[in-house]
Amino acid sequence: MIDRFEIVIVGSGPAGLSAAGRAAERGIPHLLLERTDHAADTIFKYQKKKFVMATPDIMPLRSDMSFEAGVREDILGTWDRELENLGVNIRYKAEVTGISGQKGDFTVTLANGDTVSAGHVVLSIGLQGNLRKLGVPGAEWERVQYQLDDPLEYEDETIVVVGAGDAAIENAIGLAAQNNVVIVNRRGEFARAKPGNLSLITEAIESGRIECFYDAAPLSVEPGRITLKVPEGESVVACDRVIARLGANPPRKFVEACGISFASDDPGALPELSQTYESSVPGLYVIGALAGYPLIKLAMNQGYEVVETIMGNEVKPADEPLLENKFRVLGNVKVEDVLGAIQSNVPLLSSMTMLQLREFMIDSTVHLKQPGDVIFERNDYTNSVYSIVNGAVDVQINPLDPSEVVTLGAGSFFGEMGLIAGRRRTATIVAREQCFLVETPRRAMLRLINSVPAARRVLDQAAISRQIQMHLAPNIDPEMLREVVETAEIESFSAGDTVITEGETSNDVYLIRTGSMTVSRRIAGRDIVLSYIPAGNYIGEMALLGNTPRSATVKATVASEAIRINAAAFRSLLDREPDLRREIESRFQDRLVENVQTETRPESGDIIDFLVNQGVGEATDILLIDESLCVRCDNCEKACAETHGGVSRLNREAGPTFGTLHVPTSCRHCEHPHCMADCPADAIHRAPDGEVFIDDKCIGCGNCARDCPYNVIQMAYPRPKKPGLLSWLLFGSGPGPGEDKRPVVKPDGARESAVKCDMCKDITGGASCVSACPTGAAIRVRPEEFLSITNLARFGR
Amino acid sequence: MHEGFLVHSNFKFLKWASALCILSAVAYAIYDPLDVQSGGTWLGYGLGTIGAVLIVWLMWFGIRKRRYGGAFRLRSWLSAHVYLGLSLIVVATLHTGFQLGWNVHTLAYVLMMLVIASGAFGIYAYARYPRMMTENRRGLSLDEFLSQIGDIDRECRQVSANLPDEIASLVLKSSNETRIGGSCWRQLSGRDRKCAAAEAFEELRRVSTNVGPEHGPSVRKLLTLIGKKCSLLATVRRDIQLKALMDIWLHLHVPLSFALLAALTAHIISVFYYW
Ligand SMILES: Cc1cc2nc3c(=O)[nH]c(=O)nc-3n(C[C@H](O)[C@H](O)[C@H](O)COP(=O)(O)OP(=O)(O)OC[C@H]3O[C@@H](n4cnc5c(N)ncnc54)[C@H](O)[C@@H]3O)c2cc1C
Ligand code: HEM
Ligand code: HEM
Ligand code: SF4
Ligand code: SF4
Repeated sequence: MIDRFEIVIVGSGPAGLSAAGRAAERGIPHLLLERTDHAADTIFKYQKKKFVMATPDIMPLRSDMSFEAGVREDILGTWDRELENLGVNIRYKAEVTGISGQKGDFTVTLANGDTVSAGHVVLSIGLQGNLRKLGVPGAEWERVQYQLDDPLEYEDETIVVVGAGDAAIENAIGLAAQNNVVIVNRRGEFARAKPGNLSLITEAIESGRIECFYDAAPLSVEPGRITLKVPEGESVVACDRVIARLGANPPRKFVEACGISFASDDPGALPELSQTYESSVPGLYVIGALAGYPLIKLAMNQGYEVVETIMGNEVKPADEPLLENKFRVLGNVKVEDVLGAIQSNVPLLSSMTMLQLREFMIDSTVHLKQPGDVIFERNDYTNSVYSIVNGAVDVQINPLDPSEVVTLGAGSFFGEMGLIAGRRRTATIVAREQCFLVETPRRAMLRLINSVPAARRVLDQAAISRQIQMHLAPNIDPEMLREVVETAEIESFSAGDTVITEGETSNDVYLIRTGSMTVSRRIAGRDIVLSYIPAGNYIGEMALLGNTPRSATVKATVASEAIRINAAAFRSLLDREPDLRREIESRFQDRLVENVQTETRPESGDIIDFLVNQGVGEATDILLIDESLCVRCDNCEKACAETHGGVSRLNREAGPTFGTLHVPTSCRHCEHPHCMADCPADAIHRAPDGEVFIDDKCIGCGNCARDCPYNVIQMAYPRPKKPGLLSWLLFGSGPGPGEDKRPVVKPDGARESAVKCDMCKDITGGASCVSACPTGAAIRVRPEEFLSITNLARFGR
Repeated sequence: MHEGFLVHSNFKFLKWASALCILSAVAYAIYDPLDVQSGGTWLGYGLGTIGAVLIVWLMWFGIRKRRYGGAFRLRSWLSAHVYLGLSLIVVATLHTGFQLGWNVHTLAYVLMMLVIASGAFGIYAYARYPRMMTENRRGLSLDEFLSQIGDIDRECRQVSANLPDEIASLVLKSSNETRIGGSCWRQLSGRDRKCAAAEAFEELRRVSTNVGPEHGPSVRKLLTLIGKKCSLLATVRRDIQLKALMDIWLHLHVPLSFALLAALTAHIISVFYYW
């Protein structure tokens, strides 16, 4: 059977629904193909009664389908009704497995072998991907499932869980409370799991609560049992249910198979798209989350726009009024003209498409600064990047003498170090003449780097030269550094990677630009950590100066980047610059002395090692507890709950201890917060003083809680208000200070949102946990200051 | 960069408190009115007022402790609380002019000294037990110990499934009748003289020699498991004991200080009334 449609839309998420709705409204022959038996599967899978947010608030909705913030059930219901009313031609259980052909004559192949021919294809399959299936004979048994909503639904069953990732482990542990659970792991260990899950599952297996088959794989399923291939042969397990959690195939492979190219090999890279969402295959459009717009409203707007474009109508993007508003500070100007000026003046931004630039500008802020205006100050914790469209600024490079400046003119950019290192600003910047600046938040900048390789190159090149100048040779004429800069390279290391090995004869110097490293030496057969080196410092100069083999091993504590400086180039620089040589020599001697001190007190090194293993190296500010002072009164937790709507964001007792130094479960305000990486609502930010916090844009998806390796984010409902302290004290009314008020039953329709420590950024006087500690046991520290041998000696075992 | 409440700010409040004591003592030595009861003299009024203000302020600590968030450090408040609280020994004693008897005035004085004594024990407890707790726990949390114990119980039940009833009932006794925590006294003692697990262990040892050879390995396994449970229980009970020791004094300190407040009020009213 061959059908032909002008537009075939693949995937009925918000993007696809809106496109189909537009096509129906316009009376274009269209077909909407959906893999499942219902529309909008991603939203369908949200937890029941979830409150869905309509972020970004300022963006108007332009679609024939309606959407406003509300409960999941209502939104799905409305869409179903509108599909009906608009007469959308939708086909369910129609998974698309291939798209071939060209504009005007595409062939869309379905999983059941049917084909559909199409003039244009709109791909809106989202990012959820395909759940991997068991793929063994008998897997159609209705009690083989790939999802588990509520482990407490099942009781007294024997359940086989297949898989070894976090989802499988969490399911197995959850089910084991009321059922007999068997877990099947293809490998000999649970290597892919988060540390917390790993210890849970190993403990459960060791204690016999969960039975585990290692190096085993399913061979076949029959109602009531599953046959496994095990190292000794085959094993048949009787069971009431099989739950396979094998992860999902990201859609990229499928998309590439359709001929669409991506911006880079980076897993976060996006498909290459034109201004009108057209992919590298003409006539094939990509919209929605897959195109890099992971919010419902944006996805719906694109559905509308893409259909208009296909019909040959020019659409003013929905964001036009927003940009107009944004550019108002510049006076009476046309949006196009401003965008044109930005693109032609700033090389960093010139390789973006107009579409990308528009979006980039929506996230950015436009400033018109007058001469003398301060743009940011040294030690600020902001991390946006500024591009100069017109005018010039002065960079004050010497904190003691503001008149010592470097001038940057139109087309350059600054502030990129905050972006790269997630640390404080290293210089104060002042407008030199009237200037037009574009300030871009870190997240939008990272998106630019990931999708436009040319921008990354421009940024990296500038960063190398500036960082070498900043950290290594602040008083040297940039001209003199040219050779060093040109031969320098950026190298990346994963946590635990060795950068330098003791005894090696190489002598390049490394400037750590992100992350941090430890220096250790083998003494009496044991690795003794000598020191902790945060970003902004160099290492490896000892071998260079002394012309000796490497005297110590250097390892990355967290994912880090270093600029590798060529030894020959650096040595010739030192020959030309005796002052620099003296300075580096003297720092070298300080380090020698420090190392000798540590070697005589190896226990402090052990603590550094312990803290680094706890991931403290990537923290910018961390709560620690000196257990020799802690009287376990939990006033810190109570203070946190009382100042944050009743939910404590720290768990004092949980977490590891070394000697008397305890690392409670509480946010470390990571240098590169893992929690930020995947927040669709862009609700997680870094405040000017460095606090990582979640604002009220949070839509409660829970990504951040899963992404944080330290388990410090909770999903919680707002708590009812408490009576005042005195009425509790005098009349005993309501729950007292620090008492839990968690409602026993989840309020229907209440919005769960992510909560974590915000370091009490809105409360004068700093972190409440620390101020409420009666004995001074709780302290907040910055690792780069705290991780020194002298500070740590007192905590020894 | 980080210090406990006792050394806070280089013993600032210890210095203040010492100064207050010395001043009071000097004044008392110099100002030596004849045959008047000391509390009724001007110096007496002065010292009494200082004492009363201090007491009210010391009690305010309970409120301060629960007003969370803000530019203060509870650590420095506690430092002041401790040292200025101790200075009351001198200030109030001088106020009484050593004239104690069986009356409401002396009741207030005695209550005050009891509050101070309990506070002093508190300092001892705060200085000594936290480190002992950490050492006792060996880096694990209480929950982890409890879950280990739970795991042992489960394993014991599995092992004993096909053993004679006599032994199975010992296992049941160990897993169902073991109590952790309990009355205040039991918490403070740090042990349970009638610990079901320990009793089960002893009896198991007794009967282990008479079981059939086919059960030998299982019984030996049970012995190691329950033995391990006993040692875990000892750690947990020690933990609870230390925590209880660290808390118990506060359960005296606070009620006594309310009693003190009442007696003090009575004292002050009565002096003005009868004077
Ligand atoms: C837990 C959670 C909570 C969220 N909360 C919010 C919120 O409150 N507000 C908000 O704005 N955003 C929220 N988001 C983000 C939002 O859900 C997505 O950005 C949005 O759904 C993306 O829409 P889409 O149309 O691009 O893709 P999707 O909604 O993912 O839709 C893709 C559709 O395509 C189908 N499909 C996939 N492959 C094929 C194929 N080969 N053939 C046929 N059909 C296929 C799928 O079954 C699915 O129905 C949340 C996300 C999650 C995970
Ligand atoms: C506002 C504060 C105070 C005032 C005005 C005050 C006043 C007095 C007076 C006038 C006397 C002499 C009574 C007499 O001659 O019979 C006295 C005695 C005494 N006061 Fe106070 N006092 C105060 C605070 C305190 C405090 C804080 C304590 C200790 C807790 C205290 C304990 C005593 C004692 C034990 C005596 C001796 C009683 C006796 O003579 O038998 N007073 N006080
Ligand atoms: C008459 C004098 C004193 C009074 C009225 C007084 C009163 C109080 C009160 C009301 C509290 C609050 C307890 C709570 O609500 O949790 C408190 C706590 C405390 N007091 Fe005192 N106190 C006095 C003297 C002292 C002295 C002399 C010491 C020490 C030597 C001391 C040590 C402490 C300590 C350690 C705490 C507990 C801090 C904590 O863990 O929260 N007190 N006191
Ligand atoms: S929530 Fe987790 S990932 Fe995010 S900053 Fe805090 S510790 Fe780091
Ligand atoms: S749950 Fe976390 S990731 Fe999801 S929207 Fe909220 S803050 Fe962002």
